[in-house]
Amino acid sequence: MSEFRSAVVTFPGSNCDRDMAVALEKVSGQAPFRVWHGDAELPERLDFIALPGGFSYGDYLRSGAMAARSPIMRAVAQAATRGVPVLGVCNGFQVLTEAGLLPGALMRNSGIRFVCRDIALTVENTQSLFTSGYEAGQRILVPVAHHDGNYSADDATLDRLEGEGRVAFRYAEPVNGSARGIAGILNDAGNVLGMMPHPERMIEPAQGGTDGRTLFESAVRGLVRA
Amino acid sequence: MKVRVYVSLKPGVLDPQGRAIHHALEGLGFAGVNDVRAGKLIELDVDDGVTDAALDEMCRKLLANMVVENFRIERVAA
Repeated sequence: MSEFRSAVVTFPGSNCDRDMAVALEKVSGQAPFRVWHGDAELPERLDFIALPGGFSYGDYLRSGAMAARSPIMRAVAQAATRGVPVLGVCNGFQVLTEAGLLPGALMRNSGIRFVCRDIALTVENTQSLFTSGYEAGQRILVPVAHHDGNYSADDATLDRLEGEGRVAFRYAEPVNGSARGIAGILNDAGNVLGMMPHPERMIEPAQGGTDGRTLFESAVRGLVRA
Repeated sequence: MKVRVYVSLKPGVLDPQGRAIHHALEGLGFAGVNDVRAGKLIELDVDDGVTDAALDEMCRKLLANMVVENFRIERVAA
């Protein structure tokens, strides 16, 4: 396999950064660069950037709000604008919305409680870099672990997301009150994916399933071939 | 000078925390509460020269998430 240069950003309070790095290394065969929130620059010629789950800056002010204004996020935003694929999982999704790289906001779960369990999702978009390995409408099982996963946006934004095929994943069961059951969305260029469920926690049978592995395989295959 | 920034959810945005507080008030036997919305109060101590425009920008860039929140700025007389 040719070179696959990825980076995992760690913020103070990230706690899924290692899982993300392990998933990327297992699937691509190459260990990602580890980048710190205070770094001003990313490694050169990156193929893929991952923002992991966790509770960056203790969720102060709003989940993801402080991390979205950290020095490294300026570099991530520039890379995303250039078309570098960016995956944000859980807190990473919250950071992407707070940074304005994805529309909408992740609000407190409608049931108030933290939800931590395996959830059935349907794959809504199989044309993206991240989801090409899934079948349309496929049901997959991926865990969620969040307090603020209730996706919220105005109707016009939701209609646009749906109309442009930018809803990547939808919950197949009630989870957090998310608008239209949205679990993951793409930006308009299709190179930024934010999702609350944790694909990096379902990459080998010992974790209870491999439905998340397909996402990383799709990205690696798409990028290495390109 | 002291500045208070009130951050509140926009009308129509579901507020699970407000709903839980409302429910708890009812559980304590308080009648007549029709609705509860929870927000944030952020107090800043700023130089007198900090302009209204700068405060407005602080709110838009960080203190409030304009997707779902509104803000109100109040300068407090010393």
